[in-house]
Amino acid sequence: MIPAAFEYHRPTDIPGVLSLLAQHGDDARVMAGGHSLIPMMKLRMAEVPHLIDLQDVGGLDEIRVEGDSVQIGAMVTQADIIDHGALAQAVPILREASLQIADPQVRYMGTVGGNVANGDPGNDMPGLMQCLDATFRVVGPTGERAIPARTFYEAAYMTAREDDEVLIGVTIPRPAGGHAYEKQKRKIGDYATAAAAVQIVKDGGTCAQAAIAMTNLSDTPIYSETAGAALVGTGVDDGALAAAVAAMLADIDPSDDNRGPVAFKNHVAGVILRRAITRAWARA
Amino acid sequence: MAKKMHITLTVNGKEEEFLAEPRELLIYTLRERLNYTGAHIGCETSHCGACTVTIDGKSVKACTMFVAQADGADITTIEGIGGPDNLHPLQTAFKEHHGLQCGYCTPGMITRAAKLLEENPNPTEEEIRFGMAGNICRCTGYQNIVKSIQAAAVEMNAPKEAAE
Repeated sequence: MIPAAFEYHRPTDIPGVLSLLAQHGDDARVMAGGHSLIPMMKLRMAEVPHLIDLQDVGGLDEIRVEGDSVQIGAMVTQADIIDHGALAQAVPILREASLQIADPQVRYMGTVGGNVANGDPGNDMPGLMQCLDATFRVVGPTGERAIPARTFYEAAYMTAREDDEVLIGVTIPRPAGGHAYEKQKRKIGDYATAAAAVQIVKDGGTCAQAAIAMTNLSDTPIYSETAGAALVGTGVDDGALAAAVAAMLADIDPSDDNRGPVAFKNHVAGVILRRAITRAWARA
Repeated sequence: MAKKMHITLTVNGKEEEFLAEPRELLIYTLRERLNYTGAHIGCETSHCGACTVTIDGKSVKACTMFVAQADGADITTIEGIGGPDNLHPLQTAFKEHHGLQCGYCTPGMITRAAKLLEENPNPTEEEIRFGMAGNICRCTGYQNIVKSIQAAAVEMNAPKEAAE
């Protein structure tokens, strides 16, 4: 497989990246680990006249666990997340989800920045970041801005990031309570047929807060506020589970593809969400 | 046509310099330009792991990296792990425990397993299966691959234990 020819750029700082983006406009694409973009280029579904490799840009591969939040640089890989003890303590759902992404070789290369910025509905990190109420830090010609994960995704591969901006990191408020990332896939390395990210805060025997996001069941990740609300104030009994699943099903819009027809996807989404809520509740 | 880049790689300890188009996939560089034909091209879509090599301490599928990205990198292929006259304990174990049939996946399997044992010298069966999940074998059913890696781990840990 031979991708179309391109000019390769390896800037060493963010101003260098921004000036290449300004110079080449739509003809330029930023690449992190490349494990989403290179397959697309090999299939010639993506043509990138100017490829900007971020590997030599300093400061993007740091994980900082602070008092009430966690900062993750765009070039942090899934393997880095899995190996980081303090991060696993602070935001355990990140490690649980990362272990379910692709395979070991891909996790050495696959990055947080690439996974969230790409806008592929099959990627796991976008839904995860919506569940955690993360914000994405992007830098452009007019400076830096923060975009909430819950408003970042507009359609498949369409996000709130402008073409002349680059995503440099993610800020995650330190979550409380129990978590679960549940994913159904056909095989190792496949995208989810359905996946659910759940964080639940318990107060006594009652659910005080719940955040629920679903992956690969619409052309964007789906943060289902109503599904979370269906759990709040309940003891997360069968009735509450059924209400949360019904609310989630009203929010997703799966399409028929080689992972199955719509009815099957709705069924799997319900099973996966039930399991994720039950596990998060048991850990809350 | 995009202009060629001057590329420098270290492959199995030897420095290589050449001009290449940035779009050249690393697996083709290794196999066709530098004649390291150990790493294979299986699916060419980053699923099968036959092209696995070690790049700067990471197991990487060389079909999903441009040569331009690897400029400056230190690469180990199966040829750098062991050869007919100096088999690596993993190669001996795969031979003795029937860890292969057709052998097509084996260079990737062993290159990946070497990295796995470096990170975790005493893996459980479950850890081996999880750590090898990026390498597909259509012959063995994996049972003997797991056995081979377990046997190699024992062999590789023996001198360390004797020294203690």
